[in-house]
Amino acid sequence: MIQTIAFYLFAVLVIASAVMVIMSRNPVHSVLWLILAFFNAAGLMVLVGAEFIAMLLVIVYVGAVAVLFLFVVMMLDIDFAELRAGFIKNFPLGIAIALILLAELVLGIGAYRAGAIALGTPDGMAAPIVGVSNTEALGALLYSDYIFLFEATGLVLLVAMIGAIVLTHRKSAGDHRGQQDIAKQNRRNPNEATVMKRPTVGEGVEL
Amino acid sequence: MTYAASFYLAAPEIILSVAALILLLVSAWMPKASRAVTIAAVAALFGAMAWTASLLFDPAFAMGGEAFGGLYSADGFAGFAKIVIYLATIACLVVTPRFFDARGAYRPEYPVLMLFAAVGMGIMVSAVDLVTLYVGLELSSLASYVLAAFLRNDGRSNEAGLKYFILGALASGIILYGMSLVYGFSGTTSYSGIRVAFADGFSTGALFGVVFVLAGLAFKIAAVPFHMWTPDVYEGAPTPVTAFFASAPKVAAVVMLSRIALDAFGAQTDAWRQIVIFAALASIVVGALGAIGQQNLKRLLAYSSINNVGFILIGLAAATPEGASAVLVYLAIYAAMTIGSFAALLMLRDNSGEQIETFAGISGLSTTKPALAWCLLILMFSLAGIPPLFGFFGKFVVFQAAVEADLIALAAIGIAASVIGAFYYLKFVKVMFFDESLSTEPDGEAVIADSPSGHWVVLGLSALLMSPLGYLAIPWLVSVADRAASALFTVI
Repeated sequence: MIQTIAFYLFAVLVIASAVMVIMSRNPVHSVLWLILAFFNAAGLMVLVGAEFIAMLLVIVYVGAVAVLFLFVVMMLDIDFAELRAGFIKNFPLGIAIALILLAELVLGIGAYRAGAIALGTPDGMAAPIVGVSNTEALGALLYSDYIFLFEATGLVLLVAMIGAIVLTHRKSAGDHRGQQDIAKQNRRNPNEATVMKRPTVGEGVEL
Repeated sequence: MTYAASFYLAAPEIILSVAALILLLVSAWMPKASRAVTIAAVAALFGAMAWTASLLFDPAFAMGGEAFGGLYSADGFAGFAKIVIYLATIACLVVTPRFFDARGAYRPEYPVLMLFAAVGMGIMVSAVDLVTLYVGLELSSLASYVLAAFLRNDGRSNEAGLKYFILGALASGIILYGMSLVYGFSGTTSYSGIRVAFADGFSTGALFGVVFVLAGLAFKIAAVPFHMWTPDVYEGAPTPVTAFFASAPKVAAVVMLSRIALDAFGAQTDAWRQIVIFAALASIVVGALGAIGQQNLKRLLAYSSINNVGFILIGLAAATPEGASAVLVYLAIYAAMTIGSFAALLMLRDNSGEQIETFAGISGLSTTKPALAWCLLILMFSLAGIPPLFGFFGKFVVFQAAVEADLIALAAIGIAASVIGAFYYLKFVKVMFFDESLSTEPDGEAVIADSPSGHWVVLGLSALLMSPLGYLAIPWLVSVADRAASALFTVI
């Protein structure tokens, strides 16, 4: 009983906050609603017993991704009047896409009602490992069956990092702000680096 | 299957990844060593190619070669595609350095990113699982986005990179949505499992998933109606990068699409055939008509690639072993033609180092640079599919496969539409051979500068293969392609 109530609470909140993500006029509010949606999705994950994924959602999505979004959105210079003008111009297209997606949803639910989908039927491979925590089971899978994909995903992240650095890192001649010159730091003489001042009472210090 | 056997089969990807990681360290400490890194990257690609070839001709693996518990397959189909991909990447690396050196923008990260893209493409063609497909696709796509924007001080290059990134991310989202539907209705991500689950036909929801997956993949191969980004990205990206986009990733995406269509959805050919037929015919017609008004040669070749994808999809629509073999043969020929054309385009630069990219620049090329003009003539006639040249053979096998699969109307319309496409290839030749040369102008702007030997080697090899001499390779090419295609159909 309590589980059902919790499920409906989380599910309704996820959907409501997802709607608010796209409905709110202010992008900062959108991101805040998105964070609420992530939290509730994490709650749903806890309900189905996937506590590791729930923690991932909170730590990675809320803690890192959404906060990063927030920073980016706050740095944008957004003209709200222009946003609304685009809204009216693209309204017919938006309605068309919405209708297509609605038709799909109806079809999907219809197919589910007709018994074409059996939700949550685990096959042999997906059977839960008894006596092992979620984290251990996921780790065992990632580092054995899915080692190839795990490593390849690492390469994807590496390429993203290389790309970001290649496209943005600039070094002009004679400017070493980007790099630490350890030898130069070691060569520094304390006599050049610091100045002794003897301020007298009632007068300021002139540097 | 033990890990050792899996690593043995996936060795081409491992070789390339390790080489890329080492070269990444080299480029971090020696930013001036661009040439050496490029040469090392080419060597690594040759090594991976040799390993793939040894697997391809090893009877123990050519027919199966599943690795990592059915996530990855090193069968003949993948092997053939990988050899074409690695050769295309090598050719692109050979013609790259001078273009960027002229702008002072060549950095050792470029060959490193090319290597990562090659790893991604290898994973794409070997994918027999939806997750593997997606990881490989993202790896090669991410590297491609960066390469498109590599000239970061050039506005057009930045625009191309951004456009490609946003639209590519959208396509990835569409593919993922489709894959989630397919997974939801079949309960598995492996191709063989999906095939079994849909043995009795697609339910409506699953059909939606299939359509989404095909639409997203159509974006990646630039088939109509998902082609709009192609001319802009091809024009804006640096020319060596465009040469790469038009060859290797296209081969990888088409092979990946063929595998998912013929293997995962292979039990329900009729369900997706009409989609592929529509995309094929639309691509041929739009590619042919769109190119007619173009003045920019890179845009023209972009439409040419859309047009060629249409012919390749005709072979896929046949959904027979002959059709799959025709797809492979056409891809190999197409990659060689495209790289040759872009190598020639790269050689068109005036004495101040500016690239010549319009029809006005190549008028009268036959008098100023006869060798270049004749090579381009062979390549253009071959792209148009004029009989004595090798490009004709590619179209021939594709149409033959379509006719044998009782798709006679499709083949007839395709042949008729290919005549439209011949117009602008012939225009290319007409401008080079019959128009007034501009090189006599006093400011000497249209004088074509000399090119390094690497460009000539790539162009010469490609022109030689496309010349009637290429027909000597047919028995070998067809037998390898047939064997590769049969590997896809013995899974059943």
